[in-house]
Amino acid sequence: MAHTAATPEIATPATPAIPIRDLGPWAVFFGLFAAVVVFFVSANQGGVSVPSGTAVHEWVHDARHLLGYPCH
Amino acid sequence: MTARNVLVRGLLVGLLAGLAAFLVAHEVGEPHVETAIALEEAASAADPAAEAADEPEEEVTEVSRPVQRTWGLLTGTVAIGVVLGGFVALLSAAAIGRLGRLTAVQTTGLVAAIGFVAYSLVPFLKYPATPPAVGSGDTIGSRTSDYFLLVLVSVVAALAAVQLARALADRFGGLRASMAGVAAYVVVAGVAAALLPTVNEVGAFPADTLWSFRVSSLLTLTTLWAVIGAGLVLSVDRLARAERAVAERRALAASL
Ligand SMILES: [Zn+2]
Repeated sequence: MAHTAATPEIATPATPAIPIRDLGPWAVFFGLFAAVVVFFVSANQGGVSVPSGTAVHEWVHDARHLLGYPCH
Repeated sequence: MTARNVLVRGLLVGLLAGLAAFLVAHEVGEPHVETAIALEEAASAADPAAEAADEPEEEVTEVSRPVQRTWGLLTGTVAIGVVLGGFVALLSAAAIGRLGRLTAVQTTGLVAAIGFVAYSLVPFLKYPATPPAVGSGDTIGSRTSDYFLLVLVSVVAALAAVQLARALADRFGGLRASMAGVAAYVVVAGVAAALLPTVNEVGAFPADTLWSFRVSSLLTLTTLWAVIGAGLVLSVDRLARAERAVAERRALAASL
């Protein structure tokens, strides 16, 4: 019994890694969400906007300038 | 610690970071945005040709300025905060336990710091934020694609640099491997920045307003990343503590 308890105390416990296959689904799901959000905030210039017009472009306009994305 | 655990905390921390960035942007940055818009309107009023050219765009303003600088700005900073918080969380979740002897907390802090440099700081040095009235409407397409190309190269180069450092660490040790990674990133990002076209559309825009606007923009970005980094480091610290407590209880139970 003594030797099973002694081993983990001597070695510094290594930081456990999360298996990559557990990360995959979250990365894909979140990547899609992020692409849509970044498109609407930073690149949506009216000409390619999904709801036609410039409402989305104007709504987040100041954030685009102050967060350093290209604008007018 | 699971991917879901860390991601959820990253999204919440990103939300907080977006709120903090909004406060800084609104208090520090908006006065310069307003100055720039006033200059833009004065310039187009003085030049009827420019006014006529702008007319189709200017006339259909759907969102008023007071809404743009409050709710609109808040929407934008929170949206980007949540996205960046989520990315830092997922990249931290992938990096924890895979960067030599770094702890979960140290790894998360490093990921946030690299994220700030690669996604925000380095692109800013080549393509700094510009207030309204500085960018030309004719070049918005190429400016947008050049900017995102640099962001893409910078972020991919940073990820590759970390992989390079990991690969070299066994042979040369963590210190020298990290230095090689940093050097490789600097070379790739530097070459990309040198090759991409330079934009100079400042014209007669007042230099002091431009400088103040750029400082306020950098302050906004720094706030965003600092809150994401600090918040996620604290969250991961709590998760790691809880995990250690469970492991210690298990070890104790096994030893009895
Ligand atoms: Zn603009």
